[in-house]
Formats: sequence, structure tokens, C-alpha cells
Amino acid sequence: MPNLFGLRDLTAEQLTYLIGQSRSMLEVLQRPVPVVPALRGRRIGLMFFEPSTRTRMSFELAVKNLGADSLNFSAGGSSLSKGETLLDTAMTVSALGAHCIVVRDSHSGMPEFLSRHLDLPIINAGDGTNEHPTQALLDLVVMGEEWDDAFAGKTLSIVGDISRSRVARSNLWAARTLGMTVRLVAPRTFVDPGLEDCFGVPVFTDLEQGIRDADAVMALRVQKERRQAGGPYIPETLDYFLRYGLTRKKLDDLAPNAVLLHPGPVNRAVELAPDLLYNPDRSRIQRQVTAGVAVRMAVLYWALGASDE
Amino acid sequence: MDEAQVQECTGAMISQLQSGIPDGQPVIVVGIREGGDVLGLRIADGLREAGVDVAGVGALDITLYRDDFGHRTHWPDVRDSDIPVAIDNSTIILVDDVLFTGRTVRAAMNALLDYGRPDRVVLAVLVDRHARQLPICADVVGARLDAERDILCQVQFREQGADSDQVLVSGAV
Repeated sequence: MPNLFGLRDLTAEQLTYLIGQSRSMLEVLQRPVPVVPALRGRRIGLMFFEPSTRTRMSFELAVKNLGADSLNFSAGGSSLSKGETLLDTAMTVSALGAHCIVVRDSHSGMPEFLSRHLDLPIINAGDGTNEHPTQALLDLVVMGEEWDDAFAGKTLSIVGDISRSRVARSNLWAARTLGMTVRLVAPRTFVDPGLEDCFGVPVFTDLEQGIRDADAVMALRVQKERRQAGGPYIPETLDYFLRYGLTRKKLDDLAPNAVLLHPGPVNRAVELAPDLLYNPDRSRIQRQVTAGVAVRMAVLYWALGASDE
Repeated sequence: MDEAQVQECTGAMISQLQSGIPDGQPVIVVGIREGGDVLGLRIADGLREAGVDVAGVGALDITLYRDDFGHRTHWPDVRDSDIPVAIDNSTIILVDDVLFTGRTVRAAMNALLDYGRPDRVVLAVLVDRHARQLPICADVVGARLDAERDILCQVQFREQGADSDQVLVSGAV
């Protein structure tokens, strides 16, 4: 079954395939009628047990652009509040005729768990702190546009709330597979020691060193909501901005060729200066959103069209 | 069919296309990947040499419009389509190497109409096989092949890495 649990499992060839397919889907998005009948009659269950704007909307759009139908589920107002388990909800979506399920949940490993009980492709739209594969794929598509897909040897600096970030993990797996160098840049409380050991990547507590001469800088959102309940120390946001916030000047001085990425949503004046957010010379944040639709089209088309080896 | 015959057929197709193009209307040549795009480039070159004002040359990948999705065995491969100019009110010369069941052309027409509303679409194929499964026929044909359905017909062009242009017809597959 063609599942997408994470980028950890993918080879360089498979990553390259999905990046290439996403580029073809970007061309579809340019057409006067950006809708193709590729998945006509297929139903995709979109099960989001956590809040989402970009990922959810882009999956919905991807489903529509491929001519398929979506079965939408959101935790609020569903039988979940009546005590139904996530698995039972997924079984219901399956019985309603879904051909594929896209799932986001706060529990790491949930997509894999569902796939053990359901005989249909499962796509991970973010599971706990584990992986967010379609996000990292869109990051690759956007970075690849800058580098003509020559990823090997390029340096990506990931700045921010890394230990909680499934985006960082998916990017770390893919970067390792594609031969990129990754630097983690954050206060120590934002990086699990296990993470740097696992990936063998350096941690910089100093932003200037961490982003110097990088080819891409990815800022991550400070996840205030995940840090409330007795979590590690969160710095004062102004203090964080002064030390780790990205500004035009810092990028110009330290990483003059780097493009800026952010998975969103952005905390303005925390992770980056507001004037950087839509700066056309530097920021690729809007492009990431567009590429996200194409990546999700490519992943859905693959999941429903590929057979087992 | 050897290289000389392929070129002779292509030349005849270009002459026939040239005489059928109304004056003053933009002409766009669109080849269906893979094979039709190579032939499309040759036809566009030939038309330009003959003085026809070709406004653009494009290529269509019809994977997303196929009607056999889910029946295939490998990972699907969607390649880029490239329609470089607006097609509204134009004459489109849709080019493929082999016309067989008609399913590819059906898919290509659906794909094409997502780019706009051409005034006219003309279908030009190098080899017209019988055994159509849909009511589609070509306007301009290089050669006709009357063969059973299980006979394989393959067109190879130099541009795709072949040693020479040729049309191969082989026994039951």
C-alpha cells in the first residue's frame, strides 16, 4: 500500500520522483482551468484532529484540482466529542467509501497505527513531533527552484523551536538523504540533545554563526501552545526576536544568497521581522504555500495510482 | 518504414496541413508526449519553412486525463505540459505519432480545452492504425496501417535517441 508516513522512509530516488511530480502539478496550477480529471470518482478523507490552515486548505484544493471529492472531518463538532476513538472515526470514513485518508494528529505514529487497521493509503499531514512529510517536500520543491535541484552540498539553517518541530524532523531526514548540510540554530532549551546525536548535525546557539553563508534559512514558529503545560522554558518573545529573529540586515550581512522559508503560521516580530515576511528578494513563504498545493496533488495522485512495487 | 519513408510522409503531412490553414489565423502546433512532441517540432519547422506563421509549439502530457488510472502497475509519471501561448481563437494542429484506439487523442483534447477555446483543432498523425475504440479520426495522415489489434506499432525518432527514424511493426505481443 503506498502510504506516506514520513520522509525517513524515502530513498533519494523516491524524493526526486515526488519533487518532479510536484513540478508537473505546479504547471497544472498555471492553467486557465487548473483542474484535471485524474482522480475523478475518488474520495479522500481529510481527518484533521489538530488545527491547520495551510495544510488543510491545500489538501482540500489538491483534492479538488485532481477532480476528486473530499470527506471532511474536524475534531470540533464530530462524534469525537461523544467519545468515539480516532480509529473508529477512521473506520467510519473508510466505510463511507474513502479511497485514501489524510490524517493530522497530535500523536506521533498515528498514520502508521491507522494503516495497520485500514486497507487504504494513509497520508501523514503531521503527526505529533514526528514528521510532516508534505511540508518538507514543499520546502524541497521551493529550495530546488533556487538551486536547479542540486541539493547535495547545500547548507540549510533551521532556526527556532526545533525539538517540537515535525517540520524540522522531516527536513532533517530528507536533507540527510539528499546530501545537504543542516545546521540547527536555537537556544539550548529548543533542541533535544538526542536530536543532534541522531542526525549528527551541529547546534548553534549563536544566530550569526548558525546562518553564516547558508543557502537557505528556515525559521520555525515558536510553538507557544505546546510549551504552556510545564514545558521547557520559553524565552521572552522580545528577547527571542533580538537574539534569533531574522531581519533583512542579518540576512544581508550574514547569508547574502540565502532564501528564507517558514512553514507558517508566522509570529510576526518573534521569528522574523514583519518587513521580511513578503520581501520578494528574500522570502519564499508565499511560494511555499503554492508549492504545497502541487506537492499534495502529487502525493495524492501517487498514493492512489501507484501499485505495490 | 525507414527514415526516408518517415521523412517523405512527414513532408506530405506538412504540405497537406499548409494548404488547409486559413489566412490570418494564429497556428499553434501541439504534440502529444512522447513521440507526438518530437513530430510536432518537425512539423512546426516544416510549416515555418513553407512560410506559415506558427505562433507557438507546445507539448501535452495526458497522464492526468487518462481513462485507465488504477489499471497500471508502476508509479504514475506525470511529465510537464508546455503550452507557451494563449490558444483562444487559434488553429491548433494536434500531433501524435500513432493513432490507435483514439483514447489518447480524447484525453489530449480534454487537456487542450483546459488551456482555452481554440477556433479549430486539426489532428495530424504519422501512422493511422485501425481498431478505433472511440469515434475519432485524423484530418491529416502520413501512412495507414491495417493490422490486428495485437500487432505492436512503434515509432522511433532520432531526437529520442534512436539510430534513425523508423516505424517498427512487430508480431502479436
